[in-house]
Amino acid sequence: MSNASSAPSHATILPNGWEMVIGLEVHVELDTKTKLFSASPNHFGDEPNTNIDPVTLGLPGALPVINRRAVELAIRLGLALNCTVQASTFHRKNYFYQDLAKAYQITQYDQPINIDGFMMLPGDVRIGIERAHLEEDTGKSTHFGGTSGRIHGSDYSLVDFNRAGVPLVEIVSRPDIRNADQARQYVSELRSILLAVGASDAKMEEGSMRCDVNVSVRKAGEPFGTRCEIKNVNSIRAVGKAIDYEARRQVDVLESGGTIRQETRHWDDSEGRTHTLRVKEDADDYRYFLEPDLVLLDPGTEWVETIRASLPMLPAARRARLSQLTGTDKESEAVYVIVERGQDDYVQLVADAGGEPARALVYVQQAFAEEGATPAVSAAHLAALTQMERDAKVTATQAKTILAEMVANGGGDPAAIAAAKGFEALDTSAVEAMVDAAIAQQADAWAKYCAGEEKAMGALVGAIMKASQGKADGKVVTAILQSRRSK
Amino acid sequence: MTSEFVSVVDIVGSIRAGKTTASDVLEQHLARIDKRETEIHAFNHVMAESARANAASIDADLKSGKERGPLAGVPIALKDNMCTRGVPTTCSSKILEGWKPPYDATVVTRLQQAGAVVVGKTNLDEFAMGSSTENSAFGPTRNPLDTSRVPGGSSGGSAAAVAAGFAAASLGSDTGGSIRQPAALCGVVGVKPTYGMVSRQGLVAFASSLDQIGPFTHTVADAALLMEVIGGHDPLDSTSLDQPVPSLTAVLGRGVKGMRIGRLADMPDGCEPEVLARLDAAFAALKAAGATIVDIALPSLSYCLTAYYLVAPAEASSNLARYDGVRYGLRVESADLISMYGATRAAGFGAEVKRRIMLGTYALSAGYYDAYYGKALKVRRLIANDFAAAYQSCDVILTPTSPTVAFPIGEKTSDPLTMYLCDIFTIPSNLAGHAAMSVPFGTGAHSMPVGVQILAPALGEPTMFRVAAELERAS
Repeated sequence: MSNASSAPSHATILPNGWEMVIGLEVHVELDTKTKLFSASPNHFGDEPNTNIDPVTLGLPGALPVINRRAVELAIRLGLALNCTVQASTFHRKNYFYQDLAKAYQITQYDQPINIDGFMMLPGDVRIGIERAHLEEDTGKSTHFGGTSGRIHGSDYSLVDFNRAGVPLVEIVSRPDIRNADQARQYVSELRSILLAVGASDAKMEEGSMRCDVNVSVRKAGEPFGTRCEIKNVNSIRAVGKAIDYEARRQVDVLESGGTIRQETRHWDDSEGRTHTLRVKEDADDYRYFLEPDLVLLDPGTEWVETIRASLPMLPAARRARLSQLTGTDKESEAVYVIVERGQDDYVQLVADAGGEPARALVYVQQAFAEEGATPAVSAAHLAALTQMERDAKVTATQAKTILAEMVANGGGDPAAIAAAKGFEALDTSAVEAMVDAAIAQQADAWAKYCAGEEKAMGALVGAIMKASQGKADGKVVTAILQSRRSK
Repeated sequence: MTSEFVSVVDIVGSIRAGKTTASDVLEQHLARIDKRETEIHAFNHVMAESARANAASIDADLKSGKERGPLAGVPIALKDNMCTRGVPTTCSSKILEGWKPPYDATVVTRLQQAGAVVVGKTNLDEFAMGSSTENSAFGPTRNPLDTSRVPGGSSGGSAAAVAAGFAAASLGSDTGGSIRQPAALCGVVGVKPTYGMVSRQGLVAFASSLDQIGPFTHTVADAALLMEVIGGHDPLDSTSLDQPVPSLTAVLGRGVKGMRIGRLADMPDGCEPEVLARLDAAFAALKAAGATIVDIALPSLSYCLTAYYLVAPAEASSNLARYDGVRYGLRVESADLISMYGATRAAGFGAEVKRRIMLGTYALSAGYYDAYYGKALKVRRLIANDFAAAYQSCDVILTPTSPTVAFPIGEKTSDPLTMYLCDIFTIPSNLAGHAAMSVPFGTGAHSMPVGVQILAPALGEPTMFRVAAELERAS
């Protein structure tokens, strides 16, 4: 996945002082072995209707029993999102649909497990998290016959209940997001946090992370406008595109004298536009009431604190640490990418082994894209390479060649590779001799350079590099030339 | 106790002593079924074949010295809303006709492990909604003591099965009085345990926050033994209390000396004078046994019926929504999904079930929730507070179980509100989640049995059973 902060900006600037107001509702499937209320496996991609049991199928008399691991993962996520974890309850959300076995979904309503959190985005933008609550997933319908692939007009439908009862956390942001870029950053950061705390594999392509986007527009400083909810936004890229499309559409409607209806809209990724799915007047009355088959879910302070103590360092903290170590901006692409790959600990190891952190950051970003958190090249060897470069024992170009070889071979001693390639770098006195020889041979160029014609330096450097057969470090040569001129 | 039938305790004792066998006991009960079931219709499904096999296996085990549990060889009937693996479980509804659960309810497993022999599944008001067992899709059950009269409901089949000697004991479910009222009308003992004492896993839900399974027996001692077998924590029911069932059989002989028995200072209207006379006799008997009688008040009692008929239908509207024709049970094919739902449910549910689904759906609807369901929840808290105050000055409360004795079949079917009044005394303990039971205490009008109800606080079963045993001795 590309990282949001560094991707080119897609943020539409709306005309005439219009401003977007965006809130996100993200559903994530928790990475548990079993379902939220039964012992059936929670496993994607199995044969239809194999991961089922009386509870999943809503058979008469079957009762839900809460999965402790799902609660733990929800709390881990809540704590990572700076939420308050509280004693919570479950409600029934009643509606008829063929893939909802009990005809109600067990979900958290007015007393969710996690409330009042926040997430920081680049530029110290604070996005409030209203709640992150537990609920069960529904089954999945496939419609056959007809043309639309939808239930209307189809000949028959088949339902797969493998997904029914899979534990979900729904993370509801406050309407604090103001453009598509921030929305993409939010989803991307949420995904990183989910992976970091082990709550979910957060695969949007498999549906284990799903976004609903609420969009409205207003003139800056005015009250919120009427919002539309966009469903079926299945990638981070689509989040940005759907928001930009929808905000433009709303502005066009308003500017031409129309009004926005509160409605649910469907994002069509191939057409790049949203369509009305249903208007508010058609909305179901879900007749929420307290789920009488479950009791108060009170994790207790002790358990919550045990979970808090077990949390890993979170992406934001890891980026800050890496930024400090390497002297690189914490919002730079390199810092984001390396933390997302989990390679920041490795950079720390390289530094611990005496390597140059800033060079290590660049090398890891450039050369280890295909590697995991523990690249095959040892930290000591990468440290040695950065030292060789720092000490001008090899040139930057040579160092790159050596690194490529190390990556291709799954490791190796950079000094040995340098020796094998004849990369023994010239020491400074040898380079100085070459510089002086070049000055003598190319007096014209030297004179121009001394007169302030910077371009003239190229000819001098070229001659020196040629004489050294590439073993002189370009940066060292430049530095010597500059010091000669200033004398 | 109806003297012609043998108690559970005596059956267990005789089989253990080798005086009889499980198979002989079973055959006696099957013979009575053969003789009177057509007339009474206590059962939806008699399981003679599997019962004979079970009894034979118990006899073989006992012969070879193998322990088969505290109910070895006792014929027991189950209300047909408890799941039995591979055996039809209908709730007396067309919508579940022919459905065979792939699993046993926890109470069924516990009975089987205790050596009980299940003889059949008993008739009920459809989905346990009713007070006369006339709302069954498969026809009414008749009271064995007078077949022109109802057995009460909704567990009328289970009450009738015990009263007619078709089973030595049975299980029913009680949401607003569905064990106690038919027990009273059929002259047997019926227990509604503290909410959470008996697992609901495998009980087809009517109103989940009120439903509780309990036994019907001839004697108080039998009921205590059944409670000890079926009660206790079940990890498969989240509302199951996390503690063992208290010992009940051991406390029955302890008497009521020094106990404080609560009496309603304001008795609601509508009770038959003979019923009130039997209640007075019960107070007198307990006083004679050393208890003191204390007047208490339950000011919210008059709101309970209304609150119940909001809470129970609301939960039912949700619990019964799953019968949609998609996965199991009845399906009436139709043009599309929504019309299939409508056609299936129109054909599958009876009038009373439809009435309650509509009531409950309305009570939970946006704009009405606060006025109806929300207010009903407040009444639940009020009656719980009333009980808490009353139990400051007494240990148990005695009331009639039912305002009347068993009424003639057809008398109340045209007027649901009159039928609902049958539950006036039984509903409060469901709303509060408390323990309650009905004990036969003589007869009233038309020589039909009268039941006295003992109300006790949550987990008050030991005290409640001591009072029940005393009343049994006095009756």
